[in-house]
Formats: sequence, C-alpha cells, structure tokens
Amino acid sequence: MKTICLYFQVHQPFRLKRYRFFDIGSDNYYYDDYTNESIVTQVSERCYLPTNTILLDLIKKNKNKFKITFSISGLAIDQFQLYKPEVIDSFRALADTGQVEFLSETYAHSLCSFKDEFEFKKQIRMHSEKIKLLFGVEPKIFRNTELIYSDEIGATIASMGYSGMLSEGAKHVLGWKSPNFVYCNNINPRLKILLRNFKLSDDIAFRFSNKGWNEYPLTAQKYAGWVSTILENEPIINLFMDYETFGEHQPKESGIFEFLKKLPEAIIEKGISFNTPSEIFRKSISSGAINVPYPISWADEERDLSAWLGNELQNEAFNKLYDLKHLITQVSDIKLQKDWLYLQASDHFYYMCTKFFSDGDIHAYFNPYQSPYDAFINYMNVLSDFAERVKEAIPGEDDIFKKMQILEKTIQEKNSEIKLLESRLKARNKITGKADHEAKSDAKSKKKTKN
Amino acid sequence: MFGWEFPPHISGGLGTACYGLSKGLIQQSDLDLLFVVPKAYGDELLDNVEFIGANKIPIKSQKVKLTENERTIDYLEVRSTIAPYVDPEEFWRIKSTEVSDQFTTIQTTEEGFVEFSGTYGSTLYNEIEKYGIVAQRIAENNQFDIIHAHDWLTFPAGISAKKTSGKPLVIHVHATEFDRSRGNVNPHVFAIEQWGMTEADHIITVSNLTKQIVIEKYGIPESKITTVYNAVEPNEELNAVTIDKHNNNKIVTFLGRITMQKGPEYFIEAAYKVLQKMDNVRFVMAGSGDMMNKMIRLAAQRKIADRFHFTGFLKGEQVFELLKYSDVYIMPSVSEPFGISPLEAMQSNVPVIISKQSGVSEILKHAIKIDFWDIDAMADAIYGLLKYNALSNEFKTKGKAEVNSLKWDQAALKVRQIYDRVLTTEN
Repeated sequence: MKTICLYFQVHQPFRLKRYRFFDIGSDNYYYDDYTNESIVTQVSERCYLPTNTILLDLIKKNKNKFKITFSISGLAIDQFQLYKPEVIDSFRALADTGQVEFLSETYAHSLCSFKDEFEFKKQIRMHSEKIKLLFGVEPKIFRNTELIYSDEIGATIASMGYSGMLSEGAKHVLGWKSPNFVYCNNINPRLKILLRNFKLSDDIAFRFSNKGWNEYPLTAQKYAGWVSTILENEPIINLFMDYETFGEHQPKESGIFEFLKKLPEAIIEKGISFNTPSEIFRKSISSGAINVPYPISWADEERDLSAWLGNELQNEAFNKLYDLKHLITQVSDIKLQKDWLYLQASDHFYYMCTKFFSDGDIHAYFNPYQSPYDAFINYMNVLSDFAERVKEAIPGEDDIFKKMQILEKTIQEKNSEIKLLESRLKARNKITGKADHEAKSDAKSKKKTKN
Repeated sequence: MFGWEFPPHISGGLGTACYGLSKGLIQQSDLDLLFVVPKAYGDELLDNVEFIGANKIPIKSQKVKLTENERTIDYLEVRSTIAPYVDPEEFWRIKSTEVSDQFTTIQTTEEGFVEFSGTYGSTLYNEIEKYGIVAQRIAENNQFDIIHAHDWLTFPAGISAKKTSGKPLVIHVHATEFDRSRGNVNPHVFAIEQWGMTEADHIITVSNLTKQIVIEKYGIPESKITTVYNAVEPNEELNAVTIDKHNNNKIVTFLGRITMQKGPEYFIEAAYKVLQKMDNVRFVMAGSGDMMNKMIRLAAQRKIADRFHFTGFLKGEQVFELLKYSDVYIMPSVSEPFGISPLEAMQSNVPVIISKQSGVSEILKHAIKIDFWDIDAMADAIYGLLKYNALSNEFKTKGKAEVNSLKWDQAALKVRQIYDRVLTTEN
C-alpha cells in the first residue's frame, strides 16, 4: 500500500474579554464577542471557505481517489453557528461527497484527558453527537487536543470503542523507527495509531513561504517527488496540519492555493493513493507497539505538554480549574455548563506560556494578551468569578427548598425536551409513514410464520 | 520651593505631600510661595491653573489658586524628563527608546532663554545639571528669602539657587537612596544626596526613621535635622465614590508600587497563611513595578492565584473604589520613610496594618504595627481584623478620628518655625 493521509485541524477558542478584579461577582459574561467574531469571520473568508471550495473541486475532479480528514472542535463549530453559518454548510458539502472523514475529539479542545476521565468521556460524546447531527456521520477515529497522546490516554480511548487514534511522530519516542507505518497502543494493541510525519507536514505548514529555505519555492511536482521516494520503501505518509495553513498562516499571495490545487494530481500520477484513517486501519496491520509513558503532542520543539502546562502559572490555573470538577457535576444550569466548557479550552493555557524564545511566533498568533502574566491574571479573575457562581448554584446540605427548585427546573427542562423530540418524531413519521407501515406489516408476517 | 510633581499627576506620595504642604504654608498670610517643577504635563489641575505665555518663555510660569482662600502661589515648570521614582538605569532605558542626539550642551535662544523642550540628548545626571542651571536663572529673576528643595533630584537645583542668591537652603528628605534600593545603593545618587545635606542650612525629614538614616548613613549632625510628619488632606472625592458590594467576600488590599522597598512578597506569604484558615477572603495587589511578574509567579507557586488578584496600575477614581471595597489595608514596607497611603485608607474607614519600618508608624496609634518580615504576625493581624468585627470597628472609628486630626497647616507651621530659625541664625 502506498498512501497519504491528509488531515486538518480546525479550532477556534472563545477568547476572553478584559476581565478586571472589580468585575468579580458583578459581571458573569466572560467573552470578547467583538474579537471572536472578527477573527472567525476573517479566518473563514481567508481560509475555511476558499479552501473548502478548492477541496470540493478536487474531490469531484479526482473521483474516489482524493480523500481528506478533518477534526473540527466543538468550540469552532459553536462559533461558526454564531458568526459564520455558511462555513458549516461548506463542510457539509464536503461531507456529502463521502470522501471526507471527520474525527472525534474533546468538545472544548481541552486538556481534560489528564485530569478528569469523566469529563474527558463526556466531552468526546458531546462532540460525536454534534458531528453526527451536522454531518451525518459518527466519528470512528479519535484525535486528542493538539495530538496529545500517551499509553494511558490511548487505553482509555480503546475502552470507549475507538479503533484508532492520531498522534505526533515525536523523535524522542520513535528513536530509530519511522513514523510512516501503522503502530498500536502499548496497553491495548487493538487501538491502532497513525503518527505525523513532521518534516513533510511542516514543509507545507511552516516553511512553504519561507524565502530563506533552501527548497524555496516548493512546487507540487517537487513535493510529489519527495513523497514517492519515501513511499518506495514505506507504506504511509501522514500529513497533519492546522487548516489555517491555507490562506492564513501561509497567505494567498504565497501561492499556497495553487500548490494545493496541483498537489493531488501530481501525487496520484505517481501511483499513490489518498486514504482516510479508517480505511488505513481497516486495510493494514500494525507494525508494533509504541511506548509512550509520558504524554507527547505536536507543539513546539519539545513535542510535549510544556506549551500548556510548562510553568507554574499554567499549572496553577489548570489545577484551580479542575478543582471544580466535582462541583460541576452537581450543577444543572446551562449557562454554567457552557462556561465550564469554554474555560477548558487549551488556548487559555497556551497564552500563559513563557517559552518565548523557540516558538514565540506561533504562540503570538491570534493571542489577545500582551504578556503571559497578563493572560494569567485575566484568566484567574474569570475563574474566580466562575468558581463563585458554581458554589452559589449548589444547594447546601440543609437547603431543601433550593434543591427542590433545581429538581423542578430539571423536570421542566426535560419535559420540554421530550415534547420537542416527540413533535420531531411525529413529523418524521409522517414522511416515512408509508415505509414504516410496510416494515411493521413485514414484522407481523414474520411473527405469523414463526407461529 | 523646588519639587517635581503636582496633583493630579502624582506617581507617589511625594506629589501629595508637596501639594499638602504648599496648601498649608500659604495659610500663613505673610508668606509667598514660588513652586518650581521639572516635569510639565500641561494639565495640572486645569480649572485652578492660569498659564502665562507658556510658549514664550523657557520656564513655564503659572499661578496656582489653592481653593481655601484667594491667595495664589507662583508655579514654575521646567520641561525635563526627570521623574521622581525612576532610577538611573530605568531612566536610561526610557531615554534610549527616544530619538535623541541633540542638545547635549545647554543651548540658549537669541533672547537668552534656556531650551528645555522637545528632545533631550543627555543622561539623567546631565538633566539634573540642566535643572540646576535653570534654577540659577530663577534665582536671578525672582525675589525670595529661603529655598526649599524636595528630595535628591532637586538638590543640585537648590544648591545652585543658594549659590546665586546667597539665601539659605532647606532640604526636605522624603526618602533616601537606602529606602529605595534596600541596600543596593547607587553611589552617584548617594553622593548627590550627601552633597545636598551638607550644603543645606537645615534638613527636614518626614520621620525619625529617616532622621536616623540621615544621621547614621550620611554623617549629618543631629542638630541640623528636624522631623516634620506629613499629614493628609480631607478627601471629598473619596467620599463621593459609591460602590455596591456584591458578595460576602472580604478584601485585603495592598496599594503601591510593586518594588523591593514595599515588601510585596511578605504580603503574599501572609495571604497564603490566612487562606489556610479561611476561604471567603480575596487579596488584591494594586499597582505595578519591576517585581510584579515575580510576584505573580510567587502567587501561582503558593497555589493561591484564584484568591490573590493583581489589578495593575490604578488611576484616581479606581483607587478610591478599591479602598471602599477593602476590609483591611496593608503596607508591609521594608523601609518606608513616611507612607501617606495608609492615612488615605483610614479616611475611607479601612483598618490598616503597617510595618514598624515605616515612618507613619511613629505617629499612628490606631493601626496594627508589625515587622515587615514577620509574616506570622501579619497573617494573624489580617485574620483578626477579618474575623472579629469588634476589633475592626474599633479601628475604623478611632482610626478615622485620628487621621482627621493630622492637618497640613500644623505641619506647615512647623516648617515655618524652621524657616524662621534658619533666617535668624543667618542674619
């Protein structure tokens, strides 16, 4: 098998507004709507919409030969629905071709895999439901936030019934091994793993428009040449990157769109196919287990968690956030649950990173703060207010009245939900009534024959 | 009188003190005041200030009306980049970002005025020298009996005015290099301070603590030094601020520059101790400074960042608002010549905890006094004031009465006595 797995990550966090100490207790809206709307609109117009159009054309042109994979975070989807719903439509158009796979991930693009297994599973389910609702397919393969992976996370994912997962081809984990094979989890070998080829991925994602690079300018022909040389001996190349590479990190003027338009043909000509992770896992067997006792990710030179949990500020904020995990389960308020999700986004911790030297540029991208300290202060103020609201929402031991109120409210909410679902079911029955009727009579006749 | 800032542009207690003292002095009907300031913002107390040909003469001259009576003081500004709390290195950093290569020497215009506007090409010390030369001109052009200079940046100006006019010089020490640097004394600054103290006919210190430093570290005879404590203005603005307190969280406030001198780390350690015992309390560190980032990291290390808040630098009304929210005010300064800010907190009915290493602790009775390094005592005091209402109520009422009795006109009277004494010995 000679194949390429092309996968893009789509994510936008809800950025926080400037939240002062004085606001604690009086203001419980935390988000900077203006910034969020303008960033989502800008990235949609420069990247998501034009690239989706190009990919749709490519899929139609190369019938059944060009396949791609996406993972879109729940927060990104929420923001598309709020600010730019046509982006959802254009992803749906891609989904309808049947050549696109959508991956599962945590709804909030969060780091909860380390702290809170309950929350981790809950967010994964939430995300799967959302993807199914919007694109009609249930994700079968998992991708953790920023490709974070460890043996234990893999085992948890396997226990949830996933057959495969994506991660980074980190050198310190692989050693002499090549990322261009299928591997499996160390604890549960049924979970297969694809590893990112960071050299070839970053050639496009980071180096494409770099005029100081000795391979500049990169053409589709040249790139296809590199790929086919590698694939003479090895089965798969995994190209994983941020979707914003197209049109945003690499601007339109760099020729990135032309490169993308030419690339599939150039590669297919060499007898190489494009496949989605599901197809690859179905067709191939694992070449062995990888041993990842400490978590890896695709971020920075270190390929570890230091971009999010590398200094004391980040750890403090992270621990204080997840100190609330037991309280949150007792809260039914929808607004609080939403804030809980949005505050978990890994980006908030990313902004507090103090390793400016090696990867400062990437950290500065869309960063609303002037310094990591600034980011920390703002986040902690928001978190303090949030924690107070959570505590207030939880009834005390002796506060039966309040408990009753909450229970009543839950019953009301559930009732209205049941009504809504019933009405939907009725509407659907009307449409498919005939087919349903036939099915029923079918079942009856079967029963009769049994008797 | 040589100072360097005037409200509302105050970066520390010095501007407030100069303002209060000036106001107190002109209560005395036989005294006229000429105030020279090295930094011009252009909008000092606009409604009270009258500009006289600001762009025609190199030295800005204004009449400042002080509200109580119709008397005015003459207020001169010399445009310069000297700022009160900037140390030489920081000054260099600020300067190095400006485009500057002109005016390395003192230039005069055709009419013979000293240029002090636009760009500055010199170092801090050069700048101070320039201020001294300007002071000479002022001394030539104005009639006066006594010169009063506030803190080291104005000492050279005071000295050159003395040399030109032959009038006696009184210097006012609000802080010494030993307070600012916590041991890391800049020898150049020290030299200027010592020069000023030696040349002065009399020295006013803001506390006995400072007096002791001047005697011990600068070798000045005690007979030449008198302590005059600062006072505090009744603050109408403060009373005008209204807030509504949203929840039952207690708030403990630190307000000031986050620098070594102010002892911020002891506050964080004490906060950590308090939080082990009670949870409905928040700590606020308001202000900015070179140790701010370090303090943020320290709060994170102690895992109290959800209860310990940094606001950054706060402006006028925000300060009053914060004071209104506060349940305890703390000033754990390692070395504080005086410290006006606790007095402002007391005006606002907030019990205060101050370090024994502050000048203000010499006069205050209704405040909890602790050693800056004694975080156990500090934590204990915070806890006590928050938990036992009887205690905090006592401090609130008695404290306010006490602070209201500290009046600037009394301080000004003491200063006047010093003037009179110096003038009689002179003649």
